[in-house]
Amino acid sequence: MLSIVEVDYGTPKATSKTTVELQIDGKTVRVPQGTSVMRAAAQAGINIPKLCASEMLDAFGSCRLCLVEIEGRKGYPASCTTPVSAGMTVSTQTPRLADLRRGVMELYISDHPLDCLTCPANGHCELQDMAGVVGLREVRYGYDGANHVYAKTPAGETNPLFVAKDESNPYFTFDPSKCIACSRCVRACDEVQGTFALTIQGRGFESKVAASQDNRFLDSECVSCGACVQACPTATLSENTLIEKGQAEHSVVTTCAYCGVGCSFRAEMKGEEVMRMVPNKDGQANHGHSCVKGRFAIGYASHPDRITTPMIRAKISDPWKVVSWDEAFSHVASEFKRLQATHGKQAVGGITSSRCTNEETYLVQKLVRAGFGNNNVDTCARVCHSPTGYGLKSTLGESAGTQDFDSIEQTDVVLVIGANPTDAHPVFGSQMKQRLRAGARLIVIDPRRIDLVRTPHIQADYHLKLKPGTNVAVLDTLAHVIVTEGLVDEAFVSARCEPEAFAKWRAFVAQDKYSPEAMEAETGVPAAAVRGAARLYATGGNGAIYYGLGVTEHAQGSTAVMGIANLAMATGNIGREGVGVNPMRGQNNVQGSCDMGSFPHEFPGYRHVSDVATRTLFEKDWGVPLLGEPGLRIPNMFEAALDGSFRGLYVEGEDIAQSDPDTQHVTAALSAMECIVVQDLFLNETAKYAHVFLPGSSFLEKDGTFTNAERRVSRVRKVMAPKAGYADWEITQKLAQAMGYPMHYSHASEIMDEIARLTPTFHGMSFDKIDQLGSVQWPCNEEHPNGTPVMHVDEFVRGKGRFMLTEYVPTSEKVNAEHPLILTTGRILSQYNVGAQTRRTANVMWHDEDRLEIHPHDAEERGIAEHDWVGIRSRSGDTVLRAMISERMQPGVVYTTFHFPGSGANVITTENSDWATNCPEYKVTAVQVTRVTQPSDWQKRFHAFSDQQQALLDQAQSADTLGQA
Amino acid sequence: MNIERLITMANDIATYFTVEPDHATAVEGVRDHLTKFWDPAMRRQLKAHLDHGGEGLNPLAREGVEKLVLPPASGS
Repeated sequence: MLSIVEVDYGTPKATSKTTVELQIDGKTVRVPQGTSVMRAAAQAGINIPKLCASEMLDAFGSCRLCLVEIEGRKGYPASCTTPVSAGMTVSTQTPRLADLRRGVMELYISDHPLDCLTCPANGHCELQDMAGVVGLREVRYGYDGANHVYAKTPAGETNPLFVAKDESNPYFTFDPSKCIACSRCVRACDEVQGTFALTIQGRGFESKVAASQDNRFLDSECVSCGACVQACPTATLSENTLIEKGQAEHSVVTTCAYCGVGCSFRAEMKGEEVMRMVPNKDGQANHGHSCVKGRFAIGYASHPDRITTPMIRAKISDPWKVVSWDEAFSHVASEFKRLQATHGKQAVGGITSSRCTNEETYLVQKLVRAGFGNNNVDTCARVCHSPTGYGLKSTLGESAGTQDFDSIEQTDVVLVIGANPTDAHPVFGSQMKQRLRAGARLIVIDPRRIDLVRTPHIQADYHLKLKPGTNVAVLDTLAHVIVTEGLVDEAFVSARCEPEAFAKWRAFVAQDKYSPEAMEAETGVPAAAVRGAARLYATGGNGAIYYGLGVTEHAQGSTAVMGIANLAMATGNIGREGVGVNPMRGQNNVQGSCDMGSFPHEFPGYRHVSDVATRTLFEKDWGVPLLGEPGLRIPNMFEAALDGSFRGLYVEGEDIAQSDPDTQHVTAALSAMECIVVQDLFLNETAKYAHVFLPGSSFLEKDGTFTNAERRVSRVRKVMAPKAGYADWEITQKLAQAMGYPMHYSHASEIMDEIARLTPTFHGMSFDKIDQLGSVQWPCNEEHPNGTPVMHVDEFVRGKGRFMLTEYVPTSEKVNAEHPLILTTGRILSQYNVGAQTRRTANVMWHDEDRLEIHPHDAEERGIAEHDWVGIRSRSGDTVLRAMISERMQPGVVYTTFHFPGSGANVITTENSDWATNCPEYKVTAVQVTRVTQPSDWQKRFHAFSDQQQALLDQAQSADTLGQA
Repeated sequence: MNIERLITMANDIATYFTVEPDHATAVEGVRDHLTKFWDPAMRRQLKAHLDHGGEGLNPLAREGVEKLVLPPASGS
């Protein structure tokens, strides 16, 4: 079912600049060439009846309801498949057309149940609407003959055409008895999602929709993106919430709080309750598509685990005490002041959230810099994309991706390195798949055979299956081929880049040691494949690089990012549509949290704290002196906590105890602090070490903005009151006031106005501007009043592009007899990051535990069979998971996800980090894997501790309930 | 802070700049990186370690740390 407020024009929008004039029902209509007659009519306010047409899908012409008459043409062409032409005269309503349409509808309804009043689609069913539109008054054929509607024949026998409901998917129901075989679901699965899980099985009257080989939906290849549910014109595919609760009554546009694609959604509401999330057709990042997380996995927001009252305790072994907000704020303020008075100004700090809004992130860093009087503020980008910030700033001059997502429509060669878009950024992954199917070539650089390497109608031209930890070596070999085979875009380089740095780089990568042949043994990638890939990227037309955490989370993460920027500059693949360097951001607002000055060395807009002009600007605006020296990064905070100089931490919406590497080191540091304040929806792993809990609000409960991977700033809109009383920015504001630093914003838009006032790349940004344009990509200022889809067009942000030297330095994390395998980590489609949200939804039906993926050869050598418990030991620690034997792995490399805290994936990862930014080396840990029969000691301790903490929480809540009674 | 960790981190930074053909630029690179991204307390501790012999620091890291100009200790 479509959104309750969207109008469907029937066929996709035509993009031609040439317009065509025609007459429809006596009206003169001008539309772009290539527009269908159906769409041209709809744009002129003339609605031609339709069933199989949707503007999300290519015209199909099967329902025969949209027939029209065109002067000078024979017959009754379908208006969806007929493009407009100049001078055409179209009639959409004639007596003959009325008869034909009524006949068609009569046939449809003769095989459709007449239970409209009790049907989930009632009031918003396209079939019902069309029956009304054509004036259907009788169905002459009866229901006694062959039909799909009834389980039994009139004679009481089983009806072979009847198929019972499929309720296997937790979020939607498939009721084949209501199907009109319009194929919209099948086409949505092909054309929108690109999974090809659905098909029309059988022919003629026996045609029916089937998932995979006539499986249940849950057992099929279906990825539960919901595109089919959205496309269905009847109640054949319906959200379960719709079945249970009925139609929404109003709809609010907001932005998804999951990954960095930042999909725009319509929250379809009944009062303050979300009935369904429908991706916004006008959403500029997602164009009406979504994934299983954004559309369906929002149940966490109303989960009973939500804590809605502030709590405090003196020690983490004490029960929590429920307190009023004022008590909580004054407690934190007095504790932080006490710690600063005793141990110095630097003894406290804060961590901003990449899941909170820009406005909230901005306020936390402002509280730290202006309220705490130090620069001890950091964000989770420290452990994901901090190398992107460093690497792109050094080379191109701005810490952000260079393109918008739609740029890929002009791309000829897609190079994916260390990213898995179909799992981690599924909606953009779908767009990428469509582009690849339309002919773009593909290079994948990844230790694993990710789905993109080979998927229906896609086969990577090159899959460079490198050994983990050799990204820089592979990038240098690609550069070597480009330089030594004369593939450099000399004109671009001489016009746009610093000549000295380029000359130095050219000589550097041309060295024999970086030839693909010389590096083959180190990287494990056949030299011929490297040469082929380099030639393809350099000469195949528009080349675009998409990369993710497989690039950044290494000891040489920043070097690899610079290596990527070097390749793009050397081949002239930057500064126009179709090319560029595109970091795939993990969390919804990673880009935003970095933009908002979350790093200890930078003010908002990536300006160093030592820059006097910038600092003076902020000092004047904020009314306090500010420090010109960088503060502590997250891992520095841990070290400082262990030496006793760092005692208090305010964590907004992050779970460092689960997400950060070397868990035992992290928990030791947390245990050493005196006042940890966690602001979150749930008692997450970090909160189990906290002394103060401030209940936060979900994205549905507040106003603000998120910035996605393409620098797109989109509105988050409040659709319900905050469950604990305050939006997160209000909590930070009250905390600042309690600390004695004045903040008096009455709406999130006022915070954005301040950001815009103080940040040159945001000078033109405001809630009004975003409301007006739908979304805005920064820079948005006097030069770019409507934002900037593609950056570095005529010159780089830093002026001339700067090639950086990228020496390959093997990681110190090496395999040996004791730890002979390399563990690398990642994520999967149905779960999100630490899982705090998705674990509290039915998404666990797809993934209810983290598994260790291991190659059959490595498994056999160790006597490991599928599902066996295996111990994974590194020099940091050990944990136990169940095995999944998989040929996606290369021998010698094992893989796991980190979505469940009890998995202890980060008990194994080490303290190694990126040289420039301290981003952890999550992707390379030397381990041994053995068959075991019981959980690890850490896991036993973890479970005992978690149980204890849960009990302390339960005590607080029951005490609170008693108090209220 | 754990000095071993600071030494490793400083060495990692120096290792990146080792490839720079101009030695003075390399030393400056290390020094600037430490100045731009390290909290003054960490820089101070590392410099003190160098003053006590600087065991464990690689040659370029030593030179970079040597060139560090430290801000006065804050009033904390």
